[in-house]
Amino acid sequence: MKTRPVDRVATDARAASFQTRSLKKEAKLAGLRTVISMIDLTTLEGQDSEEKVRSICQKAIQPDVHLADIPSVAAVCVYPRLVGVAKSALKGSSVKVASVVTAFPSGQASLQTRLVDVQEAVDAGADEVDMVIQRGTWLAGRRQEVADEITAVRNACGAAHLKVILETGELGSYDAVRAASDLAIQAGADFIKTSTGKVASAASLGVTLVMLESIRDHFLKTGKKVGMKPAGGISSAKLALHYLVMVKETLGDDWLDANLFRFGASSLLNDVLLQIKKQQSGAYTAHYDVSEA
Amino acid sequence: MSQRLKVLKTWKLYLNGEFPRTESGRSQLIKDRSGKPMAQVCLASRKDLRNGVSAARKASLDWEKRTPFNRGQIIYRLAEMLEGKTNEFVELLAATVPGGERRARKEVGAACDRLVHYAGWADKFIQVLGNANPVAGPFYNFTIPEATGVVGVVAPEEEPLLGLISLIAPPLCAGNTLVAIGSSQHPLATSLFGEVCATSDVPAGVVNLLTANRDELIPVLASYRDVNAIHAAGCNLDQKTTLENGAAENLKRVKVRSLTGKEWYDSALCHSPYWIESFLEMKTIWHPSSAG
Amino acid sequence: MNPTLKFKDAWGYSPAPETFAVDIQAQYGLFIGGEFREGVEGKLIPSLNPATEEKLFDFTEAGSADVDGAVKAARKALPGWRRLSGMERGKYLFRIARRLQERAREFAVLETMDGGKPIKEARDIDIPEAAKHFFYYAGWADKLDFAFPGRTAKEVGVCGQIIPWNFPLLMAAWKIAPALACGNTVVLKPAETTPLTALRLAQVFQEVDLPPGVVNIVTGAGATGQALATHPGIDKLAFTGSSAVGKWLAEALAGSGKRHTLELGGKSPHIIFEDADLDQAVEGIIQGIYFNQGQVCCAGSRLFVQESVLAEVSKKLQLRLETLRIGDPLDKNTDVGAINSKQQLNTIQGYIKTGKAEGRQYHQGGTGKLPKKGFWCKPGWFEGVQASDTIAREEIFGPVLAVMSFRTAEEALKRANNTPYGLAAGIWSDKGARIFEMARRLKAGVIWCNTYNRFDASSPFGGYKESGFGREGGLQGLRAYLEEIS
Repeated sequence: MKTRPVDRVATDARAASFQTRSLKKEAKLAGLRTVISMIDLTTLEGQDSEEKVRSICQKAIQPDVHLADIPSVAAVCVYPRLVGVAKSALKGSSVKVASVVTAFPSGQASLQTRLVDVQEAVDAGADEVDMVIQRGTWLAGRRQEVADEITAVRNACGAAHLKVILETGELGSYDAVRAASDLAIQAGADFIKTSTGKVASAASLGVTLVMLESIRDHFLKTGKKVGMKPAGGISSAKLALHYLVMVKETLGDDWLDANLFRFGASSLLNDVLLQIKKQQSGAYTAHYDVSEA
Repeated sequence: MSQRLKVLKTWKLYLNGEFPRTESGRSQLIKDRSGKPMAQVCLASRKDLRNGVSAARKASLDWEKRTPFNRGQIIYRLAEMLEGKTNEFVELLAATVPGGERRARKEVGAACDRLVHYAGWADKFIQVLGNANPVAGPFYNFTIPEATGVVGVVAPEEEPLLGLISLIAPPLCAGNTLVAIGSSQHPLATSLFGEVCATSDVPAGVVNLLTANRDELIPVLASYRDVNAIHAAGCNLDQKTTLENGAAENLKRVKVRSLTGKEWYDSALCHSPYWIESFLEMKTIWHPSSAG
Repeated sequence: MNPTLKFKDAWGYSPAPETFAVDIQAQYGLFIGGEFREGVEGKLIPSLNPATEEKLFDFTEAGSADVDGAVKAARKALPGWRRLSGMERGKYLFRIARRLQERAREFAVLETMDGGKPIKEARDIDIPEAAKHFFYYAGWADKLDFAFPGRTAKEVGVCGQIIPWNFPLLMAAWKIAPALACGNTVVLKPAETTPLTALRLAQVFQEVDLPPGVVNIVTGAGATGQALATHPGIDKLAFTGSSAVGKWLAEALAGSGKRHTLELGGKSPHIIFEDADLDQAVEGIIQGIYFNQGQVCCAGSRLFVQESVLAEVSKKLQLRLETLRIGDPLDKNTDVGAINSKQQLNTIQGYIKTGKAEGRQYHQGGTGKLPKKGFWCKPGWFEGVQASDTIAREEIFGPVLAVMSFRTAEEALKRANNTPYGLAAGIWSDKGARIFEMARRLKAGVIWCNTYNRFDASSPFGGYKESGFGREGGLQGLRAYLEEIS
């Protein structure tokens, strides 16, 4: 597969240019609501228990008690063990259940173990699964093996939609991010995702742009639309809006939709709610004006 | 109406962008020219020096990556802040250095101008000291000067402010980070300069300042393996030999200047890209050139 | 199957006007000998906002007597200025740079209102780069003896400087900063349609106590420029503008003994190889021809795309044009502003007509409702252009791109160099050796590799051949302002 070269300096400059867009008033409000509808509200801690998950599910359905016209988030994202709990808690709502799989976050387990992990999440009722690619295999140059593993997971997913996490912070260059994106899409990804959020280097505007360009080329060539999810490091509403600007001006209107774009985030939701409150009341907010999940 | 009791100032070290006391607990009483006690300064130890070098090494990656324009801006800001604190510096210098206020004011003005001069070199020295090389082959070849890394400074006893700044500014503008031992006899200028650095957008760890017994720390600095170069002045033959001897430990680049008195004010002597060059490494890069 | 992306209004950006309040006087005088004064003949010229066609202010047309007065003031100020140490001269320039930084937002709004460029560009490029130019040359003032080995630096004297309307404040900085750093004094003539930021800059000179007469500003039109260029009292002329006027000036100065530097027009080639990062190459194309509405001397106005990727690049270019926002220059989301004047708009439209008449298909783009008044030209490109087309040979100075193709590097080089101009060139390729070799063989003074339209105070800028001679910026930029080094 021919890899596309990516010029990092130029790409970062283009990504930075989206931050000069100024979003005011109606545009800002509309954007903030769209951001909420795209959030995969995430809890992936060793400490996660049933009650913790129930709490986050309630927040997902009804992010704020007082504000009207606030959509639910797109999904709740948990470890496979807690998928069942989430499924019950979210019953009757529009919020999907996403599960991380394949020995998340490191992916350092046998293929067999990783596929069992997928199966358990799907059996427990996950609507969406987020897998990690095997970075060690990638960095050793065995690209086809990585592709085959993605395809194997795709087959194990059944009806659930598959997000492929590239862990861009570990791949080493934008060229590698582009090559991994192309490969994941060819191998059957419904979504490509930047990061696990568990390593220092998570999503950035530059890396996201590279992945959006991969999706764009695939669409222009085949007509097929693949989704994109940046995860980790997006905790401010302002930054989330800049991501939306980048999506709008790179892929166009169709991708401004939770079926094709998600934010993997936890504290982002509250910052967006606080921004909406400020926008509507005119007063700067206090940190306790929103509930902690 | 009774006189207001003054709040006395505690002088500390300036390390990693903060003002810690010396870990040794030692201090030095400074008396003014009439013998009256005026201040207590920290007497830094080898461990403080170690902390300074450690901070300088950590800060060096970021400082070197900044644009030359940004470094120049920060050094110009040092000049702005120093100029703004002129009266305070004059008071401290005149209290201990012979020559009174008039001499002190001259020293502060010269120190400001020195910072302005080297701020202006930050985005130019490469144009004067680097170059393309016309090798005999289908290659582009260029020599680019780079910062050597962490530079240890030993400031002179006389001209305590001007000497300190003259030794710090040239390596600083090129992307080196600094650990400086100030004058032992007139340490307050060093301490106050720490405040200037702290208010000038200098990133933490880029400049680290110690007030100390010079003779105690010179041998430690000399043989410190994580220091790349030394910039010193006001050293006698023994001190110079100690520095060069210790530097052999890891082949530090050593520059000991022998300027005295009025020479510090002579821009023909002190304003030069060659003061920077001692703290640069020349890197030569080859790349083939072919359209096919 | 021909899938295409939709860039419509799924999420419209609300208006985001720059609201910083600025103070524009009803009338401006000439800045001579450190103060503003009326013109001897009292003639005024109106200045319009090209986005609204409203009059913003009147300014004075300097007649020959005024130009004479300005040159005399510069001559009078020269001994005192050159006697200052380099350090002291430098400190004045540092003050000016700092003041520009502090008043950056004000200058950006004035520049946009007077000239039509988007506030985003004035704010992010024009004004910061102008400040940086003063910072850079401030630092050279006391270092001149290191600039040219074996030579002692000496100023030229009184410098006449004529600047264009496309980057008014930035061009003023490019001219004034090095001249002053080297110990010269200046008489500057801003362009007829954009004197405002130069006049505000004069107020900055007063604010920083620059000695009177060191910089003088004579506003006016062609006649004022001519009077300045041919005035016997100037020692040197620096001109940035069209090649036609540049050649006229060179003739006028022949035999006069006056030194001169000319920064003129261009028809710069922008070359894209098949192995380039094509998505960013398209960004480069946009930067190259639509930045400042294409009113840039070094615009990448001749695009050469390797044939194997021509279809892909063309498609991506057209899609990208759909996200370029054209409209009110004071809106922070505007990418393409107004054309500087009715005259320039007519020139551009004339070329578009010619291109179509010569049989080329024209594609336009840009999104946004154009205001009823104002001088607007949507960004566009001609497909299948051939080397002998008028639009491939002549400088249009507008947002109009000529797209051509090539097969091999040799062919690209031959076609790229086949022009009387030689200002800039762009090369996009992922292969280092190719980049270096193409750069070596392209006859242009500025070569951008995997980027375009990047400027820096420390980077020399100027052209080969009929794009002029002399360099501005960097160490080489000092030469023109120092006594002939021979």
